[in-house]
Amino acid sequence: MSNKNVNIKDIGKDTKKLASVANEDLMPLPGWDAEENEWAEIPAETKGKYACILDDVCILPIPMPKTVKEEEALVNTFIDGMRKLFTKENNWTFLAMLDTSMEHCAKCNTCSEACHLYEATGGHEMYRPNFRSEIFRRIYKKYVKKEPFAKWRNGDVDLNWRTIARLGELAYRCNVCRRCAQTCPIGVDNALIAREIRKIFSQELGISPPELHEKGSMYQLKTGSSTQMTKLVVKDNVEFIDEDFSEETGFEFKTPWDVEGADILLIHNAGEIMAWPENIAAFSIIFEAAGLSWTLSSDLAAYDSINYGVFYDDVQFARTAILQAQAAKKLGVKRIVLGECGHAHKALTVIADRVLPEPLKVPRESCFPLLRDIVMSGKIKFDPERNNFPVTLHDPCNVTRLMGIIKPQREIMAKLCPQFREMNPHGPHNYCCGGGSGYAIMSRNNIPEWRYKITGRKKMEQIFNAFSDCRGPETKKYVCAPCSNCKGQLRDLFERYEMLEKENMTYSGVVELIVNAMVDVEPGFIKWGEE
Amino acid sequence: MSQFVYVVAYLSIIVFFVAVVKKIKNYLDKPIHVRWELYPVAHEGGGRDQYGGSYLEDVGWWGKERDVSMIGELKVMIPEILLLKAVWEHNRPLWYATYPFHLGLYLIVGFIGTLLVTSVSGLIGLEHAFYMLPVSALTNLLGPAGFILCIAGALGLIYKRMTDPGLKNYSSPGHFFNLMLFIVTMGVATLTWLFVDPSFQLTRQFVSNLISFNIAPIDSSLFMVQVILGVLTLAYIPLTHMSHFFMKYFLYHDIRWGDEPNINTPKTDAKIGIVLNYPVSWSASHIAGHGKETWAEVATFNPAAEPEEGKE
Repeated sequence: MSNKNVNIKDIGKDTKKLASVANEDLMPLPGWDAEENEWAEIPAETKGKYACILDDVCILPIPMPKTVKEEEALVNTFIDGMRKLFTKENNWTFLAMLDTSMEHCAKCNTCSEACHLYEATGGHEMYRPNFRSEIFRRIYKKYVKKEPFAKWRNGDVDLNWRTIARLGELAYRCNVCRRCAQTCPIGVDNALIAREIRKIFSQELGISPPELHEKGSMYQLKTGSSTQMTKLVVKDNVEFIDEDFSEETGFEFKTPWDVEGADILLIHNAGEIMAWPENIAAFSIIFEAAGLSWTLSSDLAAYDSINYGVFYDDVQFARTAILQAQAAKKLGVKRIVLGECGHAHKALTVIADRVLPEPLKVPRESCFPLLRDIVMSGKIKFDPERNNFPVTLHDPCNVTRLMGIIKPQREIMAKLCPQFREMNPHGPHNYCCGGGSGYAIMSRNNIPEWRYKITGRKKMEQIFNAFSDCRGPETKKYVCAPCSNCKGQLRDLFERYEMLEKENMTYSGVVELIVNAMVDVEPGFIKWGEE
Repeated sequence: MSQFVYVVAYLSIIVFFVAVVKKIKNYLDKPIHVRWELYPVAHEGGGRDQYGGSYLEDVGWWGKERDVSMIGELKVMIPEILLLKAVWEHNRPLWYATYPFHLGLYLIVGFIGTLLVTSVSGLIGLEHAFYMLPVSALTNLLGPAGFILCIAGALGLIYKRMTDPGLKNYSSPGHFFNLMLFIVTMGVATLTWLFVDPSFQLTRQFVSNLISFNIAPIDSSLFMVQVILGVLTLAYIPLTHMSHFFMKYFLYHDIRWGDEPNINTPKTDAKIGIVLNYPVSWSASHIAGHGKETWAEVATFNPAAEPEEGKE
């Protein structure tokens, strides 16, 4: 059952599954003809426990209602949450954007073609950016705003517990990359609506993906990091990285911690420390070589730049941003610099800008302009020949489309990577890696398969096309993805598509390319597989 | 009957302006929102608007003068408004229907504008001014062209909404009513022009009467129907999603391009101070039940804090 042309009117239908994406509908990938896996059946136990009734994936753990009373409670609580969402007291953060997106959509669906999920699924109706928005809009107009003639003016919707459960799950069929919003002639933002639906579930019903909440933002508030590293553990790990990479690179360095009055507080995504320690080392090497006054902080949430609240919950967002700003104030640093993590960039630099009160204001900036200035300053000697392999750049949505930081990374590439080539499109018009809004850290209920088949498909096409002149294992290739979340997605995609074996392709960030080209560092900082 | 037409006209014009002002006021009365800009931001200066760059590309951006170009905004807004550039680029099949419709409406706005110019001129004794002839000629051109384009576009949009699977599911009876309303209104206007008022003399006179509150009799029934349909349509537009014609300003300037950083902006700080004191009533356990009532209290409370937090 593909049900590719699923209708909004079916959203509340009494079926076990509303739709599915068939392999034959998937967008073909250039030079890739391997068979796709069929969707695995979600275990009966999971289905019994949670309302996995949308498609073949189950991201949001909505408890399966067992009685009519529980079904009604799900609907009523959601509607209560929707009411709150449209009050300035509960949603001052996004009310202006939400309200205008509710009221002014012409339903022209100009946004559809911009969505990489819609394209990857061969135009599956469920992935049309306006599909979930329209369901949400119809519920709002009829049951919350109670607009006269709402059914006639806006279209009808069948409101029952299945509608709510499916709408919640649909809110997690979007990477919140906002490429659709970029194309809207009016300025309507369907990605924002997906996030607002997530907020109702999290902030009112207390339901959110565990990777984002219990094991994400709550761990960060509890131990200081979603990785659960305490300050002692994180300092130990970074010390180990310092020793290991000092030995490997021949460049002696020591990462500074809690230096009061330093110019820069650098905040990494702590996931890098566990999964990509070379990124941590590369930053330390560059900053030390450039002679910067800088430090890391061991304060709660200040050694992990992640802010998963950006994906699903305004309160959790604000709590994390405040802790990070407090740490900077405590150390008396002149500015915070965000490491290679896209959503952390956006969260602390831009969104927090109107959340932090005056006493917590501290300048916040991206690492990329700073790195560009270091590379161009002449303080460090480089040999670009060390990077003489094809390199392409993946633009993290949060850094480019949502912050307009486009050129600094490219100026570094132009100076240090002789075989740099762009993906098409790129910059603010890039495509999401497919891990955006938290999926890169999820591995339940067919989520990985969904990321391979659907969310990451467009990115894989872009990568294949960027290297169309050097396909095959003979040429080493490098995808520069300066964002932890994007790297998590690429790691899994590359494994699934056997990119190392078949294409001799690896991925990492900008700083690794900088260090790889540093004359004062032993050659071979970037590695392809086990080499 | 004539008096009724005038009453409907005055009321409809009042409804139109009240609805527009109310919608704008409703937006402006909303509390400060977080930044949610989307690049390219058209007012970025120094050529950054061309590639989608921002002031955040500079080290120490908070201490630098921002390069903001209003011309950049006009360079985006003018083709967007006049040519519906986004639809042209991203939804070409729809553009062929929606553009004639919108262009027709723009011409009708121009038509009303020229009517106002000639009517007001007549009322203040400038009926022989040098511009009267060309402006009247323009009226005669803009009106019929606007009516016909609007009808053609609306018919095209109805066809698209009935046949395009991508639009069909998303089209309500309200959409068809709106489009039919335009077709009927513009159709009656076309018939009036053809058979009753070919040089828009009646229309010009009626506008003059409206402006001068001269409730003069109207001889033509068709003309009366045209006026009633026209003014009711005018009043109806801002009550629907079609209010995007003026609300788009805020969607673009305040949201999509709202990149003003909170640096040395006491007004913004004051607004943040207000919203942080708003009461929060979300029910989820990580928010409610901790005795914290305002945003400031909730956001500075850590529901997961370890009792020994702070110890090594």
